[in-house]
Amino acid sequence: MASAPSKLYADDVSLVVVLLDTNPFFWSSSSLSFSQFLSHVLAFLNAILTLNQLNQVVVIATGYNSCDYVFDSSSDLNRSFENGRMPVMCSSLLQKLEEFLIKDEQLSKEEPEGKIKSSLFSGSLSMALCCILSGVLMLPYFFDILTDIQRVFRSGALHPHPRGSPDGPEQYVAIMNAIFSAQRSSVPIDSCYLGSQNSAFLQQASYITGGVHHKPQNLDGLFQYLMTIFATDLHSRSFIHLPKPVGVDFRASSVFGQAQSEAASASDKKRKTPET
Amino acid sequence: MNNGAGRRINGGAEEDDDEDDVNGDLDAWERTYTDERSWESLQEDESGMLRPIDNQALYHSQYRRRLRSLLSTAARIQKGLIRYLYIVIDLSRAASEMDFRPSRIAVIAKHVETFIREFFYQNPLSQVGIVTIKDGVAHCLTDIGGSPESHINALMKKLECSGDSSLQNALDLVDGYLNQIPSYGHREVLILYSALSTCDPGDIMDTIQKCRKSKIRCSVIGLAAEMFICKHLCQETGGTYSVALDESHFKELILEHAPPPPAIAEFAVANLIKMGFPQRAAEGSISICSCHKEAKVGAGYTCPRCKARACELPTECCVCGLTLVSSPHLARSYHHLFPIAPFDEVTSSHLNNPNCKLQRNCFGCQQSLLDPGNKPGPAVVCPKCKWYFCLDCDIYIHESLHNCPGCDSLRHS
Repeated sequence: MASAPSKLYADDVSLVVVLLDTNPFFWSSSSLSFSQFLSHVLAFLNAILTLNQLNQVVVIATGYNSCDYVFDSSSDLNRSFENGRMPVMCSSLLQKLEEFLIKDEQLSKEEPEGKIKSSLFSGSLSMALCCILSGVLMLPYFFDILTDIQRVFRSGALHPHPRGSPDGPEQYVAIMNAIFSAQRSSVPIDSCYLGSQNSAFLQQASYITGGVHHKPQNLDGLFQYLMTIFATDLHSRSFIHLPKPVGVDFRASSVFGQAQSEAASASDKKRKTPET
Repeated sequence: MNNGAGRRINGGAEEDDDEDDVNGDLDAWERTYTDERSWESLQEDESGMLRPIDNQALYHSQYRRRLRSLLSTAARIQKGLIRYLYIVIDLSRAASEMDFRPSRIAVIAKHVETFIREFFYQNPLSQVGIVTIKDGVAHCLTDIGGSPESHINALMKKLECSGDSSLQNALDLVDGYLNQIPSYGHREVLILYSALSTCDPGDIMDTIQKCRKSKIRCSVIGLAAEMFICKHLCQETGGTYSVALDESHFKELILEHAPPPPAIAEFAVANLIKMGFPQRAAEGSISICSCHKEAKVGAGYTCPRCKARACELPTECCVCGLTLVSSPHLARSYHHLFPIAPFDEVTSSHLNNPNCKLQRNCFGCQQSLLDPGNKPGPAVVCPKCKWYFCLDCDIYIHESLHNCPGCDSLRHS
């Protein structure tokens, strides 16, 4: 199937929505510590805001039990200057992130062993798309102002990978709905995957919407990967050569969440009467 | 207008007719200025800038009415997702009438193009064919296939209208083609009829019974007036008949046929269908493509059974006949089977209740739910997760996204 067609962008202003994965099950067993990872990401966010005065950044934290907004660069609280040891932007983001993590932990209940410890990617993706697109659909007379600001949605979705598959198959339908909605509205989804195996959801998301999917090899240099690959705005992507995927996995294993044989035969799910 | 002023001076006896005469002399565009003074409803906000006219609430209430009517029938209905649809376009003399600007056939062609794209977007596994009726004879313009561009290009080239229209010939032709498709597919015909008569070689009632036996669901959209034979056809085969009032109504009517219709119970038998899910080849690989019969570099799909290369999906493998799809194609149809529940409106009594702590920001976009005057503005609430959303998010969620962010954001809801 064809990937998203490229649109012509006249300016390099962008709105970047970053989905940060804060799944504690992954970060406790990862080689890169969460604090180092955060320092890379904060530097990256600062850099995006510096690239163009009109750029905006929104950060949504994807937890194990819930998702929430932790940072919005366009809100008034974040516009003041340096205050003490670190800029206001960083301190407010870190504070909100900590509050979110405490709340997320309080929400967890006892889980049976062996269940896939995936983050709620579908929830944060849906929230991000609402944030970008709901305003644009309804107000055609504001569109003249908005044509200069391209709504770019980029997900720095750093997906965990403990033992088993990282993609929770129960979220498949919701994630695919969100991906098609993003494709229809020309919002590209970029993904940066830090775990050890591959995430079929993120590959498909980036392929279908026309974004970039990359798995950094050397995690100590994460900031460099983020800056060179993911900080490019949509206008520049027409002449900057970004990494292409080797092959995208469209097989039915992503639907059923388990290994399927090569000559897959799928029962036609639509033909069965759905449960009422 | 001079005439109007002249008549007014002429006398009291004609005063009752004055209003009508004055208005009757005005063109339609002038009448809207005398009756509705839209400039008077403009308002300025505190800084002197114009406030946009609030048609958002109107749009939203229309949208919710439409949504409720669509979902008023049972929430989970079996639907035919693999559809084989023939679009029958009437190219008779009547289609060149100019009551639709610039002509009926131009309007039909424009909206059929939009419809075909929307159809393939919502039903990626389905196929479409186009049949035209001209000079009393029905021709098959394009064979049934899954590529929107080929249909649209073929249609745009052949838009000349002449002769009579024949409903029976079209139905016979379509019946012949649709009898060849596999039994799991749903057979549909959409007739865009501009004429007010039909010239048939035989008894059209027999043809209608034949279509009914072949389980073909015929729907008609008329552009002239309502006809008994179209109504009878739709009733017998289980389709819908509607007559378009103007161009925007026609667009609405034709786009109603894009989402899959409910399946007729005795015709829809559950079956297992063998499908292949090919992997996309890497960028640099070279292979011989089975549809173009030449060597191509990269960007193809390999059939899992016979390893032949196909250029695009969904398609049937040329070598072994296996239906090739990718999982996003199946996933695109899920929202028809598992629709999201409509959100409830938050009643004003609930909003004004001081005991109830209102959520300040919409959960989806974080915009404030309060009016500029700090009063609670219009909002909707999800019945499952009880989060509040603004009207923009509500429309976006139900029309495009089909997920509730609140329900998806809580693991144990």
